[in-house]
Amino acid sequence: MKDETPILQVKQLHTHFFSKSGVVKAVDGVNFDIKPGETLGIVGESGSGKSITAMSIMRLIPSPPGKIVNGEVLFKGEDLLKKSEKQMRKIRGKEISMIFQDPMTSLNPVLTVEKQMIETILTHENMNKSQARERAVELMDLVGIPESRNRLKNYPHEFSGGMRQRVMIAMALACNPEVLIADEPTTALDVTIQAQILELLNKLQKELGMAIVMITHDLGVVAEVCDRVMVMYAGKPVEFTEANSLFANPKHPYTWGLMNSIPKITSKKEKLEAIEGAPPDLRALPQGCSFAPRCKHAMEQCLTIDPSITKVEESHHVRCLLYEETEKVIST
Amino acid sequence: MSTLLEVKDLKKHFPVKGDSLFTKEMKTVKAVDGVSFTVNKGETLGLVGESGCGKSTTGRTILKLVEPTSGEIYFRGENITSFQGEKMRKLRKEMQIIFQDPYASLNPRKTIEQIITEPMKIFNIPKRDRNKKLNRLLDVVGLSSYHKVRYPHEFSGGQRQRIGIARALALEPELVICDEPVSALDVSIQAQVVNLMEDLQEEFNLTYIFIAHDLSVVHHISDRVAVMYLGQIVETGQVDELYKNPKHPYTQALLSAIPEADPTIQKERIVVKGDLPSPSNPPQGCKFHTRCPYAEEICRTVNPALKQVSTGGQQAACHFVKEVVEEY
Ligand SMILES: Nc1ncnc2c1ncn2[C@@H]1O[C@H](COP(=O)(O)OP(=O)(O)OP(=O)(O)O)[C@@H](O)[C@H]1O
Ligand code: SF4
Ligand code: SF4
Ligand SMILES: [Mg+2]
Repeated sequence: MKDETPILQVKQLHTHFFSKSGVVKAVDGVNFDIKPGETLGIVGESGSGKSITAMSIMRLIPSPPGKIVNGEVLFKGEDLLKKSEKQMRKIRGKEISMIFQDPMTSLNPVLTVEKQMIETILTHENMNKSQARERAVELMDLVGIPESRNRLKNYPHEFSGGMRQRVMIAMALACNPEVLIADEPTTALDVTIQAQILELLNKLQKELGMAIVMITHDLGVVAEVCDRVMVMYAGKPVEFTEANSLFANPKHPYTWGLMNSIPKITSKKEKLEAIEGAPPDLRALPQGCSFAPRCKHAMEQCLTIDPSITKVEESHHVRCLLYEETEKVIST
Repeated sequence: MSTLLEVKDLKKHFPVKGDSLFTKEMKTVKAVDGVSFTVNKGETLGLVGESGCGKSTTGRTILKLVEPTSGEIYFRGENITSFQGEKMRKLRKEMQIIFQDPYASLNPRKTIEQIITEPMKIFNIPKRDRNKKLNRLLDVVGLSSYHKVRYPHEFSGGQRQRIGIARALALEPELVICDEPVSALDVSIQAQVVNLMEDLQEEFNLTYIFIAHDLSVVHHISDRVAVMYLGQIVETGQVDELYKNPKHPYTQALLSAIPEADPTIQKERIVVKGDLPSPSNPPQGCKFHTRCPYAEEICRTVNPALKQVSTGGQQAACHFVKEVVEEY
């Protein structure tokens, strides 16, 4: 059963980068919450602010040039943005863990997997070295690495891509985190290996009960693993709802565009419906709705009014002027 | 329909250093290991498979960007396998390639004009014609003439891919080998480029070999498909037939592994065990047997040959798929 109190709440998050050529509004008003045991998808194209959202939560934004200029990140009710770096170090890797597209960003190439795992475990847990080693073996078994005890002695490069991903997941789970942020964990993998890793994450979530924030650009992955989903465009959430209703009843013109541009193997169309144009330069966003220059449904007022988030149905929120007559819940 | 390209038992083996640091033992990676297929004029043959299965090497070997180890390549009926120097250079006019990475494949110090007209210069096309052609090419790929003086870094990924396509079309080739041309692009941009490629195919009667790991894109664009695994074709056929009714266990697994953007589809997923074996040390017998849910004793020793498995021309290489003999 899912506990109804959110474990993590992100409110009005704004993360900007101050570069010579202007201010990049990488994340500009992101709101979401996630409950224990739930999987929340963040989906959007390259540069839409998915990774910067994740790194803001972890407080890993390089500063300068980046800065979280506004917002709150409430983890079990406490604002992580108010914590000291020392306090954050206790939280990162223990209570909130992150995995990446490229496992080598979190693995050290010159240390054996055993050394790295033991180090992580000892940083956070009150164990001696041999207990930590046993825990490492347990973790390797948990993520399905055969001959775990021997494989611990290997260096990261001695594992295949899929196995390395498993090693990274094992490290991230070392201290039973309550939230796992997965930033495109399967993007670099072949489909058969992707299927294995998604199945593994699903199994681990059932066993361990953590909340997963799944960042992806692949709507297929969303359909497969997510309970709820936030669609991002140009730094802002444009649609937020249950995964089932996103697919059954998408509301935002950008979401329509995304769904129409992917070829499906179950049906064949003469022509894909591409979204014309390209995402905007985040240093010089158009006035009004950021999607307006590419939107087939754009109206006169879209060029001047930046839409706010509107609740169109129970737990279905959209940022689009087509729905503005309905009740407003959050204004920016 | 006439055959434009025929590849017979093509092999490309690369020597590589062995795993051990202490011996100088050399191994061979059998990147392409006995591949045969034909491509008809005006059609698109999709070449799919996972990383390291030899799809790109197959494409590059056909263009002789790498020399084949053995086998034969026929272009318009002529055996081009041993073409060298001037003969090969002339042939390159007819066969072009588009690469995956729009960032790496364009020279950053050249303007778009220089990049697109370069192949025409090499073939001594007069300046006047070059300019005319340049304008036409920019137009067909959806770029504007003011883009001519700009450099690659000033373009988005989708635009760079359009530039790569314009350059590939500059010499009016017959065959274009497209090596993961949309894999690096976001879906909305990917759809633009796929549509563009289809329009150009129609307009210029192009023949494509479309290499990709994304089975949905291949399904959309291809007429026929060949599925590769560890250097060999394991299944081939008309696209609709092959996707609807895959016969080889690997094709079945691949298709069932695609996450579909529709939660109402409940697929029977065939999860294959383990990892792709190293191509420098592939399994004996059927190369898929280490991961195949149906493997039996014979699979460990005997490598199955491609055989006809439908009346529609579908072929699969598996001991346990029933051969279908065409009736005349
Ligand atoms: N160090 C930086 N300096 C300036 N701008 C940055 C920096 N890091 C990120 N950005 C910008 O912030 C925006 C959002 O980036 P982010 O990495 O969150 O995108 P994403 O949605 O994760 O994309 P992808 O799908 O490509 O991973 C982009 O425009 C990016 O260029
Ligand atoms: S607000 Fe206007 S431009 Fe923006 S998505 Fe809605 S209809 Fe399109
Ligand atoms: S020959 Fe055997 S191992 Fe190979 S695909 Fe068929 S059943 Fe599987
Ligand atoms: Mg990212």
